Amino acid sequence: MKSIILRAGTRYLAGLLLLFSVYMLLRGHNEPGGGFIGGLIGSTGFVLYAIACGTKDARSALRLSPQNIAMAGLGIALLAGLMAALFGDALFTGQWLFIGDRESGDYIPLSSVLVFDIGVYLVVFGSIIALVFAMEEEI
Amino acid sequence: MSATADPPRKSVVGLLPVALAAGLFTWFCTFLPAVAAGEVVRLAWDWVPSMGIALSFVFDGLSLTFALLISGIGVGVFLFSYTYLASYAHFGRFMWFLSAFMLAMLGLVLADNLIALFVFWELTTITSYLLIGFGHETKNGRRSALQALFVTGAGALALLAGFILMGLEAGTFEISEILAQDALRGSSLYIPILILVLAGAFTKSAQFPFHFWLPNAMAAPTPVSAFLHSATMVKGGVYLLARLYPGLSGTEAWIWSLTIAGGFTAVFASVLAVKQTDLKQTLAYTTLMALGTLTLILGQSGGYAMTAFVTFLITHSLYKASLFLMIGCVDYGTGTRDADVLGGLGRLMPVTAAAAGLAALSMAGLPPFVGFIAKELAYAGALEVPSSTLLVAGASLAANALMFAVAGIVAFKPFWRAAAGMETPRTPREAPWTMLLGPLVLAALGLVFGLAPGLLQGTLIDSTVAGLMAAAADPKELKLWAGVNVPLLLSLATFAIGFVLYAGHQPFRRALNAMAPALPNFDSMWDKFLDSLKGFAAWQTRIIQPGVLRLYVFATFTTVLLAISGTMIAKGAVPALPDLSDVTWKNWALVALLIVGAVLTCVTRSRITAMAALGVVGIGVAIIFITFSAPDVAITQLLVETLVIVLVAVALLRLPTLRLDGEEGWRPLDAALAAALGLTVTLVLLAVLETPIDLRLTAYFEATSWPEAFGRNIVNVILVDFRALDTFGEIAVVVIAALSAYALLRTTSERKDT
Repeated sequence: MKSIILRAGTRYLAGLLLLFSVYMLLRGHNEPGGGFIGGLIGSTGFVLYAIACGTKDARSALRLSPQNIAMAGLGIALLAGLMAALFGDALFTGQWLFIGDRESGDYIPLSSVLVFDIGVYLVVFGSIIALVFAMEEEI
Repeated sequence: MSATADPPRKSVVGLLPVALAAGLFTWFCTFLPAVAAGEVVRLAWDWVPSMGIALSFVFDGLSLTFALLISGIGVGVFLFSYTYLASYAHFGRFMWFLSAFMLAMLGLVLADNLIALFVFWELTTITSYLLIGFGHETKNGRRSALQALFVTGAGALALLAGFILMGLEAGTFEISEILAQDALRGSSLYIPILILVLAGAFTKSAQFPFHFWLPNAMAAPTPVSAFLHSATMVKGGVYLLARLYPGLSGTEAWIWSLTIAGGFTAVFASVLAVKQTDLKQTLAYTTLMALGTLTLILGQSGGYAMTAFVTFLITHSLYKASLFLMIGCVDYGTGTRDADVLGGLGRLMPVTAAAAGLAALSMAGLPPFVGFIAKELAYAGALEVPSSTLLVAGASLAANALMFAVAGIVAFKPFWRAAAGMETPRTPREAPWTMLLGPLVLAALGLVFGLAPGLLQGTLIDSTVAGLMAAAADPKELKLWAGVNVPLLLSLATFAIGFVLYAGHQPFRRALNAMAPALPNFDSMWDKFLDSLKGFAAWQTRIIQPGVLRLYVFATFTTVLLAISGTMIAKGAVPALPDLSDVTWKNWALVALLIVGAVLTCVTRSRITAMAALGVVGIGVAIIFITFSAPDVAITQLLVETLVIVLVAVALLRLPTLRLDGEEGWRPLDAALAAALGLTVTLVLLAVLETPIDLRLTAYFEATSWPEAFGRNIVNVILVDFRALDTFGEIAVVVIAALSAYALLRTTSERKDT
C-alpha cells in the first residue's frame, strides 16, 4: 500500500503496539491480558508494518523467521511445563519464586507460569505473522 | 548417549552404542544373583499417578532373560554395524535409531505397568519402522517399512484396548498386581481381553495370518534383521504372551488359539524357508517358525513345556542372531547372499564358517548343543499337552525336521559344498574381527550352554519357570542325556527326516515353486487391500470434496443443523421464551447493530462493504462481552476480529471478481439454511440457559486462584496454570495450523516464481 501517511504513522504505531503487547503479557496474571492477548496485539503491530511497508521490510525488521518464533514459543512453553519435574511436581505445575518481602507486598514474583505465558505469546505472535506474511506474498 | 549426527568414519564415537549396550548388559548381570535366588526386584517412578500410570520396572526371570538377550546381542550387533555400515551415508543416524530401538525394547520387557509397556511397545514399532525403512530410497524399502508399521500398529491399537479393559477390570494397571489377583479368567470380559491381546501379540510376533510383514522387513540392513527379527522386536509378542501367561492361560480359548496359530505358523513358515534362495529370506522364515514354536509351546502347560519355552527362547536368540550376522559377513565378503551361487567358502572364510557351523548345529538340534536340549524338552512338553498330543508333537516334528534341512542349506552348503560355478560379485575374503566377534561368541554360547546347562538352569530358567507357573512351579532339568525315551526317539526321527529333506531340497523347492501360484499370497492380498482402501478414499473424496467451497460450507452447516435440531427434537428440549423485561435500551441498540451488520454482510454486492459489516458484527459481540464484564474475552474477540478482517482483506480484495452463472442475487436455499441454523442455535442457547449451572468449578477457581496460583485474573490463571496442559495442546495446534497453511501458500507461490 503506497500511503506515506500510513507508513509514517506505522513507524510509531508498530513500536507502540509491540510495547503495549509486552505490557499486556506481563500484567496478565492479575489484570486483563496475558500471553494470548499480548501475542495478538504484538502481531497486529507487525501486520500493520507489513501492510504499510511491505513484507520484505517487515521480515528484515523481524530478523527471525516467524515460523521459528512460533516453534521456539512452543518449546519454551514445554520447558516451562517440564520445569515442574525438577521440583518433583506433576507436569505443568506452576513453580514460584518471590524475591523480597511478601507480607508488605514489596516483592518481585518470578514463576514458570510467566515463562509458559511467554511461550504462548510467541506461538500466537509467530503463527499469525507467518500466515499474514505468506498471504501477503502469495496473493 | 550414542553417535552424533554425522561422525567421522571409524571414529571412536561410533563405538559409544557398543559401550551403552555393554554397560546395560553388565548392569543387568548384577541382578542375576537376586533373581536366581527367586527374588523379584522392582523399580518404580510415578508418571501419571492420578490415573494409576507409573514407570515401574520389574526384574524377574522372564524380564531379565529378555533384557540380557537384548543388551548382550546388542553389543554384538552394534560392534558388527560399526564395520559393516561404516561406509553408509547415514551411519550416525542409523546408530541413533538402533540405540533408541534397544532402549525401547528393554523398556518393553522390563515394564510392569500396562500403559508403560504399551508406550514402549509403540516406541519399538516406530523405531523399527525407521530401521526397516532405512533404505528409504528404494520403493521396496518404503513399502516394507510401511507394511510393518501398519500391521504392528493396528495390532497395537487392539492391544491398547485390551490393556484398558484389563486395567478397568482389575482396578490397576500394574501387571504384577493384576496377575496376583488372578481374576481375569473368571471375568466376563475375558474373551474380549484375550482376543485383543492376541491381536497385538500375533501381529507383533508375525503369527499366521499376519506373518507376511516379517520376511519383507528383511529389506532392512543385516544388523537390523539380526537384532530386530531374531532376538528382540518380533519376540515382543511372545514376551507379552509369556508375561500374561499366569493370568490368561489355561482356558480352552487360550490353548486352542495359541496351539493352532503357533503350530500352523511353525510348519507353514519352515516349508517356505526351504523355498527361499536368498539366505536372509530363508532365515526370516525360520524366525517365523521359531516364533510359531514359541507360541505353540505357550499354548500348553506343565513343567516341560515351560522349561522348553525358556530354553528354546534363549537357544533361538543365540543361534539366529549369530546366523544373521554370519550372513552379513558372507554378504560383506562375497557381495551376494544367493544360496545357489555360494559354495566352497569354508577355506576362504574359516572363522565365519566356524560361527555358522556352531550356530547351525544348535539350530538343527544336534547334541551336544543347547538346541538339542531345547528340542528334547519341547517334545517332552508336547507329550503332556492338554490339547492334542498328536497335533502338537506332529507340528513340532515337522518344523524341527525342516529346521534341520534349513540349517544345512544356510550354514553347510555355502561353506563346504563346491561352488555352483557362478562367480560371486566379489572375491571372497574373511570379514574383520569386529564383525566376527558377535556371531562367534553367540554361536559358541550355544555349545557352552549345551555342555554346561547348569549355567542357565540355576540362573534364568528356574526363576522364569517359577514366574510363569507361580505356585505350581515345576522346572525340569536341562540335560543332554535323559535316557532312551520318546523325546529321544522323536529327535532321531527329526534327524532322519531332516537329512532326507536336506538331501532332496532342490527338487522339494522346485515342487514348492510349481505349487506357489495356486496358494494364496498374503503379500499381494495386502497390496489389494491397500489399493481398495485408497480407492474407497478417492471415491468418497470425490463425493464429499468436489472442490466447490460453497458446497463444503453448505454441507457442514446442514450437518450441524440436522445434528443439533435432531437432538433437540429427540430430547424434547424446547425452551420457554425468555423474560425480556430487564433488557435495557442500550442492549437493544447493540442487538440492532448486530442484526444490521449481519444482514448487510449477506446482501451487499461489494466486498469491502461486506468486510466492514462483518467487522461491525464482530465488534458488536466484543461490546456484549464488555457489557457483561468479561474483559479478557472482549479484548481477545476484538483483536481476533481485527486480524480476521485484515486477513480477509488481504485475500478477498486481491482475488479476481467471480461471475457465477445463474447464481447471482437471491439464493433462497442458502437463506433458508442460514435462517434455520440461526434459529436452532438461538434455541439451543436458550435451552442451555434454562439448565442450572454447576458452579463448583467456578467457585473452586475463585477460591484458589490467588492463594494457590498467585493470580487475580482467573481467566488467565486457568489458561496458564490450572489448565496449562490444555493450553499447551492448543498452542501446539496453532503452530501446526500456521505451519500447514504456510506450507500450502508457499508451495503455490514458489511454483509461480519459477
